[in-house]
Amino acid sequence: MELLSEIWQTTQRNKLRTSLTGFAVAWGIFMLIVLLGAGNGLINAQQANSDDYVDNSMMVFGGMTSKAYDGLKEGRDVQLDNNDLKTTQTRFTQNIEKAGGILYEGGATITYGENYVSSSLRGVYPIDAEINKTKLVAGRFINEIDIRDRRKVLIIPENQARELIPHNPRALLGQTVKVGQMAFTVIGIEQEDKSRMSTDVHMPFTTVQAIYNRGDKMRRIVFTFHGLETEQENEDFEKRYRATINRQHRAAPDDEDAIWIWNRFTQAMQMAQGMNIIRTALWIIGLFTLLSGIVGVSNIMLITVRERTREFGIRKAIGASPASILRIIITESIVVTGFFGYIGMLLGIGANLYMDATLGSKPIETGLFTATVFVDPTVSLGTCFGVTLVLIIAGTIAGLMPALKAAKIRPIEALRAE
Amino acid sequence: MIKLRNVHKTYAGAQPLHVLKGIDLDIAEGELVSIMGASGSGKSTLLNILGILDDYDEGEYHLAGTLIKNLSETRAAEYRNRMIGFIFQSFNLISFKTAVENVELPLFYQGVSRRKRHQMAMDELEKMGLTDWAAHYPNEMSGGQRQRVAIARALVTRPQIILADEPTGALDSKTGIEVMELLKRLNREEHITMIIVTHDPNVAAQTNRIIRIKDGVIE
Ligand SMILES: Nc1ncnc2c1ncn2[C@@H]1O[C@H](COP(=O)(O)OP(=O)(O)OP(=O)(O)O)[C@@H](O)[C@H]1O
Ligand SMILES: [Mg+2]
Repeated sequence: MELLSEIWQTTQRNKLRTSLTGFAVAWGIFMLIVLLGAGNGLINAQQANSDDYVDNSMMVFGGMTSKAYDGLKEGRDVQLDNNDLKTTQTRFTQNIEKAGGILYEGGATITYGENYVSSSLRGVYPIDAEINKTKLVAGRFINEIDIRDRRKVLIIPENQARELIPHNPRALLGQTVKVGQMAFTVIGIEQEDKSRMSTDVHMPFTTVQAIYNRGDKMRRIVFTFHGLETEQENEDFEKRYRATINRQHRAAPDDEDAIWIWNRFTQAMQMAQGMNIIRTALWIIGLFTLLSGIVGVSNIMLITVRERTREFGIRKAIGASPASILRIIITESIVVTGFFGYIGMLLGIGANLYMDATLGSKPIETGLFTATVFVDPTVSLGTCFGVTLVLIIAGTIAGLMPALKAAKIRPIEALRAE
Repeated sequence: MIKLRNVHKTYAGAQPLHVLKGIDLDIAEGELVSIMGASGSGKSTLLNILGILDDYDEGEYHLAGTLIKNLSETRAAEYRNRMIGFIFQSFNLISFKTAVENVELPLFYQGVSRRKRHQMAMDELEKMGLTDWAAHYPNEMSGGQRQRVAIARALVTRPQIILADEPTGALDSKTGIEVMELLKRLNREEHITMIIVTHDPNVAAQTNRIIRIKDGVIE
């Protein structure tokens, strides 16, 4: 209490200097909080995005050959087919659990009574639900029998079902709808995703392949796998797999463009590494910004101590112990750092909330899939406590050198200094 | 009260300066003495040693029966606080504190409660006739008033000795006489031992005893 009024008196004498110093500290903390918040936003978003899929899955697309091979020139389109899927299912059983193909048919109109909605069709295998963590609000997903018998069944997203039966979309379950001119039975209703409006209607892969005359072609192969723990193991597997599929299309076994492999496991692994690097980098940048604030405070306190040399000399002459002088300076340093740091922290949290309101949870279309760049870009209460602790420590460190200097002032020398 | 035996003091430096060359001095309780000597003869040096503001190199210094030698800073501060009151030529008040806050400061370092300390400081200012000036800052006061605030600050802890280094040096002659009257009265009425360094023979003449320093020893 006594100390605080002392500090109030001295800071009052040097408003400009105190506020300049304070600004440096506030800025440091502000940056630290904003950076950490942004970093958390990125990391949360990454987590939210990857939560949508199971990690141990790969996606394979047809590409275009980039090497001449087996008497054929480069630049040939490669289209995946049933044979590739079969190979995937049978030749890699050591690692591959379940595989399936995917086919798309854009622009189909689904009619129910008077109502219709335009959708895109997606022919899939049962494994698709597992890989994409598809959630149903009613009914079931496609099963093996649907595939085998090429049943005319479909799963429709709830938002599309609402177009067909506005007040009770789930009542569509078990109803017959028309896709183009063909009758299909609705066997499942998919939960709608708030962040992306789905127009994908799922059907058995074999049904789509037959109805839309795709012969034995498909757009993608997807599969889940196990037993590939390290990046190296994944790479080796991809190499073997690529060589096998390439050969089936008379492409060079090492041609990396004939087919594309999208490995979510290594993707996630690299993402996690990247996120760690980002997090560390943000802490370092933030702490360095804060450090410059501390150096500022320390510097100002040193000037203050020099200016107050005589005052400290007088205090010592009339009975101030070195410890009491030390206490004044360090407390002043902590109070200044703490006060302005706290302001910086509040502003930083404000900036984070603003960021959350503007950028937070906004999906961004990447072509392949939609992703959210920022999810909840804020710092936790724990981080705030951590930052408060950092502030107190920072204030102590900033005050320490000047304080020791002040405590060492000898009264006679101070009193001589005019 | 004060007993110095063969006290030496040398200021270190490129050219070490042997200022005090064996001072022997006894000052009894309740004495009012003055120290005179040419400029640079070591008067302030001696007073600083008496006030435990500075160390000495050789000899012994007893203050009220206690040997004052190689004290820690904290200990020295405590002795200064409890036993000694200082009065300086340039007053040495803290500029951003009011008169009463300045007088309170030694009590603050004794850990006296805020209320009590304020009361004691106000009493002391009243004795100096400065009640109306308690809330003023030093730069709002005349030299004589400032020196009286400084005297109040020196007295508020009821010290055994008062050390004054040219207390009238910065004052005009009339104010100087007033301050001397005040110090004499305090010595007489409160029985406080007083040691005054001065250049002014008129000031010295008002004391009970004059100590003269020359070439680092007492004449
Ligand atoms: N801290 C110091 N370091 C080095 N030399 C010093 C120091 N303090 C004083 N001196 C020197 O010691 C000598 C005695 O100084 P002191 O201040 O005691 O003299 P004084 O008798 O009080 O003089 P004055 O009447 O001018 O005040 C002087 O020559 C001075 O320059
Ligand atoms: Mg002197």
